[in-house]
Amino acid sequence: MVKTFSLKKEKDNLMKGIFFLCASFSIISLVLIIVYLFINGIPFMNKIGFFNFIFGIDWSPISDSPSYGIFQMIVTTIYVTGLSVLFGGVIGVLTAICLYRFMPKKLTNVVMQLINLLAGIPSVIYGLFGLEIIVPFVRDYISPNGVGYGILSSSIVLSVMILPTIVSISYTSLLSVNEMYFEGALALGSSREEAVFKIMVPAAKSGILSGIVLGTGRALGETMAVIMVIGGSPQMPSSLFQSVRTLTSNIAMGATELSGDPLSALVASGVVLFVFAFLLNVSFSFLNKKGGKKNAKKK
Amino acid sequence: MQRKNSYSGKRLFFKNLKITTYISTSICLVALMAIIIEILVDGIPYLSLDLIFGAYNDTPSIFPALIGTLELVFISIVIAGPIGIFTAIFLVEYLDNSSLLVRIIRISIETLAGIPSIVYGLFGYLIFVVSMNMGYSLLGGGLTLAIMILPIIVRSTEESLISVPNELREGSFALGAGKVRTIFKVVLPTASNGIIAAIILAMGRVLSESAVLILTIGMVVNKVPTTLLSSGTSLALDIYYFASYGYPNEAAATSLVLLVLIIILNLAATLVGKLSRRGKTNGK
Repeated sequence: MVKTFSLKKEKDNLMKGIFFLCASFSIISLVLIIVYLFINGIPFMNKIGFFNFIFGIDWSPISDSPSYGIFQMIVTTIYVTGLSVLFGGVIGVLTAICLYRFMPKKLTNVVMQLINLLAGIPSVIYGLFGLEIIVPFVRDYISPNGVGYGILSSSIVLSVMILPTIVSISYTSLLSVNEMYFEGALALGSSREEAVFKIMVPAAKSGILSGIVLGTGRALGETMAVIMVIGGSPQMPSSLFQSVRTLTSNIAMGATELSGDPLSALVASGVVLFVFAFLLNVSFSFLNKKGGKKNAKKK
Repeated sequence: MQRKNSYSGKRLFFKNLKITTYISTSICLVALMAIIIEILVDGIPYLSLDLIFGAYNDTPSIFPALIGTLELVFISIVIAGPIGIFTAIFLVEYLDNSSLLVRIIRISIETLAGIPSIVYGLFGYLIFVVSMNMGYSLLGGGLTLAIMILPIIVRSTEESLISVPNELREGSFALGAGKVRTIFKVVLPTASNGIIAAIILAMGRVLSESAVLILTIGMVVNKVPTTLLSSGTSLALDIYYFASYGYPNEAAATSLVLLVLIIILNLAATLVGKLSRRGKTNGK
């Protein structure tokens, strides 16, 4: 009796060890990713100078006198991300508000299903959509210089791509606002619209904001949808209609052909991207925590 | 009078704002329609058995990509499935929420979920293609994808484990079962539908991913991969390849195939999720 009991205990401990090992796998992977990126990237940054690398505006890794400046790509990345979050954020939040209050309940479910479908579309198909529809459209009807590629097209494609994220998170956080606020506002004489925009939306602010931050992360890290519509020349952007390159598309275009210093330069720009994404991630969990605390207080 | 004017002006402003919300919703739907219609119109005429199952000669075929995608799904799920499920078990069944270890594991998983896929690709390239000298291979791509889908599997599995009522565990303990026996005989079967749904969703993620693969599996579109170590392509990569090398219609047709596969997976996940919910209400 005692023996089987201890045997069971041993088996339990063995399994616990296995579970622990699996759980540590994610920690190990993360450490491995960081170490690999930083070991390959940081020495290179030191070699050519951190400042030259980040603020240099000439990217010509395979010329005779190679130079590795990524500032123009950082600027492009910021433009593309900022514009797509602006478009996607405004449209997404307004759509969420519409679904939340102004649309008949039956229709809401249908539209939500469609938006979920939009969320499931692979990014490369967004790229194809951009290449076949957005780029020609921008070229023919919007662009002043006849170029369809560039920041505007990429931002439009990305804003459609991040819409589902923003809509569904904003919608959920609007739903979690206490209904009594709405009734209270109506009782005080405000119209339905006023109650929604001045009471309910501000109350769901932190949730909506975290949806936008999450969308920002997606737009920042997206490669395939961008690579197909951005053009690809490593120039400083001076117009919205000009072939340029983001950090992500630079890595995807270069890494398979390069080795040595040029490859290290790409890894170093991967480090920069990682740091950006990490900062966004931190602010996202900060916002989430803040929202969580507020909700807890309400209860 | 002045007051009344500003009052109704304000109301008008919010009425207009309400109209903009309708406009925004229509923009969302128009965008979705545009994508679907583009794929259907361009793709359907080019969708043929030759494209899907033919050999890659003068005309492109996605057969190599189908095989490559299958191998990638297989590798990544076989690795990330058990590891993800066991991680979730460890987090939910063994640790309490405030312990330091839980916090470290959670932070790692959250960070992993936030890393851009191209950075995963770079990592996969550095470690598998260069350091381990495997060259471009489906195995390297699959392993990189496994790390990438781990957060999805862990999070969803955690949720379905948490939703298992504690009475079941206590009942099992009371009958003399140990912790491990309780987990495998009581908790996991109860949560199984949710876990299966999580795995299916992770498969969908593997199907949609392309930025990781462009750096790790080599985008060899015209050869059927023979082993796990050979280089290859996937459906999503084929779309990129076709679109950039002058086969836009084939790209649309491939998108159609990929989209149908993803919709089937999503429906399956929803169905399994519904089954699990029904099971629970029956249980009560």
